[in-house]
Amino acid sequence: MSHGETVPSELRYTKDHEWVRLEGDCAVMGITEFAQSELGDLVFVDLPSIGKTVTRGDTVCVVESTKAASDVYSPIGGKVTEVNVALKDSPELVNKEPFGTGWLVKLAGVSAEEVGGLLSAEGYTKLLSGK
Amino acid sequence: MKSEELRRTPLFDAHQKLGGKLVPFAGWELPVQYSGVIAEHNAVRTQAGLFDVSHMGEVFVTGPEAEVALDWLTCNSVKKLTDGKAQYSALLNERGGVIDDVIIYRFSAERYLVCVNASNAEKDFEWMLSRNKHQAKIENHSSAWGQIALQGPRAVEIADALPFSRKIGDTPYFGFAEVEFLGSPVIAARTGYTGEDGFEFFVPSETTVALWEKILAAGQAHGLMPAGLGARDSLRLEACYPLHGHELGEDINALESGLGWIVKFEKGDFIGRTALWEVKERGVARALVGFVVADAGIARQGDRVFLGDGQVGIVTSGTKTPTLNQALGLALVETKAAPVGTELLIEVRGKKLKASVVKKPFYKRTEK
Repeated sequence: MSHGETVPSELRYTKDHEWVRLEGDCAVMGITEFAQSELGDLVFVDLPSIGKTVTRGDTVCVVESTKAASDVYSPIGGKVTEVNVALKDSPELVNKEPFGTGWLVKLAGVSAEEVGGLLSAEGYTKLLSGK
Repeated sequence: MKSEELRRTPLFDAHQKLGGKLVPFAGWELPVQYSGVIAEHNAVRTQAGLFDVSHMGEVFVTGPEAEVALDWLTCNSVKKLTDGKAQYSALLNERGGVIDDVIIYRFSAERYLVCVNASNAEKDFEWMLSRNKHQAKIENHSSAWGQIALQGPRAVEIADALPFSRKIGDTPYFGFAEVEFLGSPVIAARTGYTGEDGFEFFVPSETTVALWEKILAAGQAHGLMPAGLGARDSLRLEACYPLHGHELGEDINALESGLGWIVKFEKGDFIGRTALWEVKERGVARALVGFVVADAGIARQGDRVFLGDGQVGIVTSGTKTPTLNQALGLALVETKAAPVGTELLIEVRGKKLKASVVKKPFYKRTEK
């Protein structure tokens, strides 16, 4: 396994390879560079409905390669206020820019404390290097 | 299966060098992809791809009783085979279920090669021995042979640039040539599992790496890419080739799984004939159909298929394929749900997606 994956310092991470960026009382989430490279070329992203409420650990969306469908777990609780509609036609954005245009879901009503409890970039990098 | 029990093909180091992502498959450690499934899939459709299929098994059936023994053990008509030709066939159980689908290569009336699937190689071999009432000589040479598949519209050009003892480009479809490569015998068969033209090379284990590297070098100018199991699966599904463990199994009889065209009742008795004849008389209960999904979503193996409110079957393979960019698949359904145009519902993660039965295959190459 290569350890050269980008791990942006301003984000928070889970051991399941999701990332979160806090924006006020909202948060944007996606999957990491490592996760996308493990999954391979994505051909479909099953996004949640707007308004869906999730708690930490719930399946918030499903990313699918030609081979398999994989659940993406919500790193934190909140209410889905926006989904990345560009992924409907271009699921490959998750492969190309997992931390950017390949974001998945925006959650509202999130707890800054819960976000703060996630792994820092340093902690996540350590997790990756343990692989 | 634990990783230490996984077997490695002669090309294991070559895959690592090429950046192949190795995964467990059918008891072997094989590359699921190198650069990416979609790029590899598209390379096979438009240029050429190279696959390590050394995990496939090679069983030799020889002796004066070889033909009659194989005609009993398999459902297609071995008597119709001629020297240098190959035949798609299957090993059936007494209930007409499919133990494995195979390709039989005839060198002479007294020497045949049966190419079997990796996960079934031992089981197939034991089965053939246990049902060898004609006492042909049956030997499993799987560990002595590697196998490489060169597939795609440019495969033949590449094959003819290889330093074989003679050119093989004129080998007919489902024919094979016996040639020499660096002093080793190679069987070059015009067969494949991708829906494209190409060759499958049987090559002694110790020469497999040399042939692989020679093909990669010769293919460089033709857009050849090494391709993994991921592309192999999406390619075969577009072409509607069945896969053991998906469309084929011991509890799905050969007529249901769409193998009726290789079940030759008229050739005389063979294992499974009595059961299949009864199925034929009574009417086949299920059929393997192709479907496309109309709603957003991908149906996959194991998803339940409905006609109205009633379940009529199950998905055997499904994905969204690169060439057609459409969610599609194969399903085993009751015959009432089998006609082309039938509107189905497929349950994916609790949601019923609209799908319809379409004509197979999804992809057919245009002849040059």
